[in-house]
Amino acid sequence: MNLTFTAEEQAFRHEVRDFLATSLPAAIRERVRLGRRLSADDHVRWQNLLSQRGWLGANWPEAHGGPGWSPVQRHIFDEECAAAHAPTVVPFGVSMVAPVLMKFGSDAQQRHYLPRILDNRDWWCQGYSEPGAGSDLASLRTRAERDGDHYVVSGQKTWTTLGQHANMMFCLVRTDPAAKKQAGISFLLIDMSSPGVSVRPIITLDGAHEVNEVFLDEVRVPLANRVGAEGEGWTCAKFLLTHERTGIAGLGHAKQALRHLKSVAAHVQQRGRPLLEQPSFRQRVVKAELELMALEVTNLRVIAAARDGGVPGAESSLLKVRGSELRQELSDLTRRALGPAALPFFPDFLHADTELADAEQREAAAASAQYFNRRKLSIYGGANEIQKSIVAKTILGM
Amino acid sequence: MDFSYSDEQRMLAETLERLVADQPAVERSASQLPPATREPSPLWQTFAELGLLHMPFAESVGGLGGDGTDLMIIMQALGHGLVPEPYLAGLLLPGDLLARLATPEQRDRWLTPLLEGEHQLALAWQERDARYDIHAVTTSAHRQGAGWRLEGAKQLVMGADLAAAVLVTARIADEGRDVERLGVFLLPSSTPGLTRHNYPTIDGQPASDLVLDGVMLDEHACLSENAAAALDATFAVGIAALCAQAVGAMQASCEQTLAFLKERRQFGTPLSTFQALQHRMVDMHLHLEQARSMAILAATSLDLPAPERDYRIAAAKAYCGESARFVAEQAIQLHGAMGMTEECLVSHYAKHLVMFDHYLGDSDYHLEYVSERLSAA
Repeated sequence: MNLTFTAEEQAFRHEVRDFLATSLPAAIRERVRLGRRLSADDHVRWQNLLSQRGWLGANWPEAHGGPGWSPVQRHIFDEECAAAHAPTVVPFGVSMVAPVLMKFGSDAQQRHYLPRILDNRDWWCQGYSEPGAGSDLASLRTRAERDGDHYVVSGQKTWTTLGQHANMMFCLVRTDPAAKKQAGISFLLIDMSSPGVSVRPIITLDGAHEVNEVFLDEVRVPLANRVGAEGEGWTCAKFLLTHERTGIAGLGHAKQALRHLKSVAAHVQQRGRPLLEQPSFRQRVVKAELELMALEVTNLRVIAAARDGGVPGAESSLLKVRGSELRQELSDLTRRALGPAALPFFPDFLHADTELADAEQREAAAASAQYFNRRKLSIYGGANEIQKSIVAKTILGM
Repeated sequence: MDFSYSDEQRMLAETLERLVADQPAVERSASQLPPATREPSPLWQTFAELGLLHMPFAESVGGLGGDGTDLMIIMQALGHGLVPEPYLAGLLLPGDLLARLATPEQRDRWLTPLLEGEHQLALAWQERDARYDIHAVTTSAHRQGAGWRLEGAKQLVMGADLAAAVLVTARIADEGRDVERLGVFLLPSSTPGLTRHNYPTIDGQPASDLVLDGVMLDEHACLSENAAAALDATFAVGIAALCAQAVGAMQASCEQTLAFLKERRQFGTPLSTFQALQHRMVDMHLHLEQARSMAILAATSLDLPAPERDYRIAAAKAYCGESARFVAEQAIQLHGAMGMTEECLVSHYAKHLVMFDHYLGDSDYHLEYVSERLSAA
């Protein structure tokens, strides 16, 4: 048993680090470092650079144009990207719909969509949640009725992340209202420019426009845009939820957040001493450090299991719960470390291109907004309580 | 990066699992003291025959050269079965220190029979006002001609009454010498001037307070006059072992609690169907897996340079202490009133898991160690 990376893996880490140092545009790096919002252009510009390097489809096999990385390499890549303040790759195309297409899509669908994902011609969003179907996703009511060689889709999707930039949506719809809950669902690919699609922003409590409502009013979708058989959409959805979730702990982000917290707490002064040297605050940081150490080893255990051919299933639920809790704790500590400096709110600095002259205000600007934003971590992708119920059922057989 | 066992390690784990499963659980649970005899128990003799007592020691001193993972496998199994045989206190801690410090003659006299299962030893390091600090020693060793005179007192010496000899830490107090040096002395249990006051701990371990009143020793009794670094290394091994033992006991507690929830019915349905109880059970499982990760971290850190090793060891002990207490408390709660009884196996595990924190430094102690060395980057 050992916890060390091989020489090849360490060489790979340096290769990634060198690439990030030379290729990540400084302006984008600085926006990420300061926790400012990225524009669609920022995302596409970075993802084009990754694409040119052949690294955009980090989880793709070589046959489809991916680098064919091992789970360990993907983990190293994620860690280095977070440490270098690279933008997170928008997951909906590359790591969500693409694996579903590879597994369930027709040849024609794979030939058409996969290259367009890999060179950023399409921006995908996810049409899963509905106003009446959150944790109980299978109770979704958006319906699709056949009309010749089309479906006519009507209903409402919500919490559609970055849907304002998307030209394509993968969508769960009910094709058979008579069938049992999960059985009547199909997986459709919808062109967002189709007549009847409208997108309305939802502003979250941090002032951000990250999620949207998507209204579907008699949208005509070709039958050819269905992935898998009719009524088998739930299989696709479930596959997506368990596929490649070794990155779910957000370990790279947590490590970066702890580094940031320490640097803030070492800089901020209270009664003439750095906050990090004051016992009560320091102990909170130490506890976060221990939790990160444990989470890192647990994460490596799951990655090693995936590398050796195991399927990361319910263990990823454990990582999701503990990883989200830790990242929330770190964002809480960072906000508290900043103290009074965490109060001023400069939305135009965070969301637009207005600059802030005061360096101290600039460095502190995102902390509170990020704290509120991070509450999502224990809600999305299956709320932590849902994850616990999954563990109870699948690991513990309760 | 590899978390799998070798073929030999898989066999070791299976052997131990069978061996421990064959032991009648409640009768042997650690809350019941083993008989106060220096004769090794039949199980201890089996350990010796299987080479388990040789496993954690280097080949150069007659051991099998097992690594931290081998030790983890052994301790996890012993913890899982709540086996009362004093593998840590009677073998590992004194044996590891002996192996680091003893001359070949001292090894032949004390270490070889230890590994053969012919006798057990004890390590006396803890003092009343020192809490968990292995370096805070007031027991003193004065040069007396060619030999030594020891004065002082030790507490919580685990298994001292069963030991053929006790290793005692003492401050070297000779005139004109470096007073910061820590020595280790070996005292056969019949040494004049050495008295024991025996008592059990709440988790059923045999312990003693020792008084050393003008104990006269010859020069061969001194294992080292400068043992601080060796003590640190031995405690790192001991703490890694203790964490693995706790993980084994945590796992057993989780298994027992889960089985109970599935079996016990209230309101006409098994307890395991109630979501509040399911989530509590999952939280126990989360703590177990995170603690297991820290025990792995500790077990794979034993060969690192001392500062890095001790940072990880302290982190693991601090973390496992909190996790163990959490699992113990939840196990009692989920068993309801039954969990409060001596008759219920889970209560014995709970005592072991809570008191685990009091051996070789508790969570607060080790958290402080990590805190003092926390890197600012």
